Amino acid sequence: MDEPVAVDEPIEDEPPPRPAPRIAYRHRLPTRLWHWLNALTVFVMLMSGLMIFNAHPHLYWGQFGANYDHSWLSFRGRPFPGWATIPSTYNLAAARRWHLAFAWILVIGLAAFLLTSLINRHVQRDLAPRPDEVKPGHIWHDIQEHARLRFPTGDAALRYNILQKLSYVGVIFVLLPLMLLTGLAMSPAMDAAWPWLLDVFGGRQSARSIHFICASAILAFILVHLLMVLLAGPINEIASMITGRFRVPPERNGE
Amino acid sequence: MISRRGFVAAGASGLMLGGCDRLNHSAEFRGALRSAEKLTMGAQRLVSPRDALAREYGEADMSPFFRSNGTSMPSTGDYARHLREGFANWRLVVDGLVARPLSIPLKTLRSIPHRVQITRHDCVEGWSAIGKWHGLQLSRILSAAGLSTRAKYIVFHCADRFGDKPYYESVDLIDAFHPQTIIAWGMNGHLLPVANGAPLRLRVELQLGYKHAKYVERIEAVDSLDHVFGGKGGYWEDNVDYEWYAGI
Repeated sequence: MDEPVAVDEPIEDEPPPRPAPRIAYRHRLPTRLWHWLNALTVFVMLMSGLMIFNAHPHLYWGQFGANYDHSWLSFRGRPFPGWATIPSTYNLAAARRWHLAFAWILVIGLAAFLLTSLINRHVQRDLAPRPDEVKPGHIWHDIQEHARLRFPTGDAALRYNILQKLSYVGVIFVLLPLMLLTGLAMSPAMDAAWPWLLDVFGGRQSARSIHFICASAILAFILVHLLMVLLAGPINEIASMITGRFRVPPERNGE
Repeated sequence: MISRRGFVAAGASGLMLGGCDRLNHSAEFRGALRSAEKLTMGAQRLVSPRDALAREYGEADMSPFFRSNGTSMPSTGDYARHLREGFANWRLVVDGLVARPLSIPLKTLRSIPHRVQITRHDCVEGWSAIGKWHGLQLSRILSAAGLSTRAKYIVFHCADRFGDKPYYESVDLIDAFHPQTIIAWGMNGHLLPVANGAPLRLRVELQLGYKHAKYVERIEAVDSLDHVFGGKGGYWEDNVDYEWYAGI
């Protein structure tokens, strides 16, 4: 490409031009909007949640639990440092304001995404694992491919692989609803309105523990998610989540 | 060792945090966050049947030790005198927008048929304790005083001070007339200990612990909270911006 060539002369030895990269539409607008809304909201929820946790950094199982009772996880002082909390200095009132306001954004976003994605069949078509994908052999194969950092190419890169499907389904249909319901189970007013919340989770302090465990799982998901974006090509991946358009990695040859 | 990426991430997180703290200092932003409180209250009231009760537990479910929080010994001379007298001269004043202002001797309050409820106390900090409470339904006190139709809030004035500021709290009439909202004089089968609010405290079971005013000496019915102390309806609300509605 660097050699200047005369325009009109046919060239015999020129290698065939590289095919233009194939651009495919991979993420629809509702997915992209929800993704970036969550990128903000989930961090606010996690960081204000850590501030709230700092107010009483002990977790219990059962209906009650306070300082003199047996805790299964307990820290001294205020375990989470300022860079991890909102606000960055101890302020339970402000952290609750952030947490309980952004909880509405999280819930409304989740509801809107689920509704849209059921109607446009994103859930049924893209997220739901197919029967052949959940066979242990297939899952094991995908784990090995991930471990070798051999990510899908060609058309396969336009579909979620089974590990992606399981993580996304796990977050959308298990972790986020559990966060919401355990959050509500910590509310004395909601426990009166919906007493089944206490029965489902085995008590307010159990709900608080599950809330913390699910938040940790969501944080783990985010870390792995970010790692995968970095390994799979951050510019193409992030651009595709902004514009929807994804440059399809060409198929590997001879493999 | 910090990788370059870690350094960038830490920098970004620092910027974001700085941003959050700045937002937190902005009155407009805090006002926006605060509007969620009304949304939460409206939504919770919407899904709550008016007769929904807080769970009442059995004796076996009670916390072995019920911790106290906030004031554990009011520091005023008046309170010390009452304590020495065994609260023999403690009276509960009921005034404000009522037809018949009352001043009820403690002994009389304790002699009226009362409610016993084993309920869970949820602190805003996150802990919970289950205890048994003995007390008179607030609705009966308000009815005896002839609550005015102009009254919208019930304010509880307390004998304890935080620094030089008196503790107080308030609820609306839905919580005030809730059957489990009681003025408790007993706990776990005994008279209230000082640390838990002797001789009288509020139990408002659909809300968090800081609403449960201790050392209650006066109940005032008002049509607006604007002119009561800082105007936000409670000591913590006025001084550190806790939500007035503490249902979650």
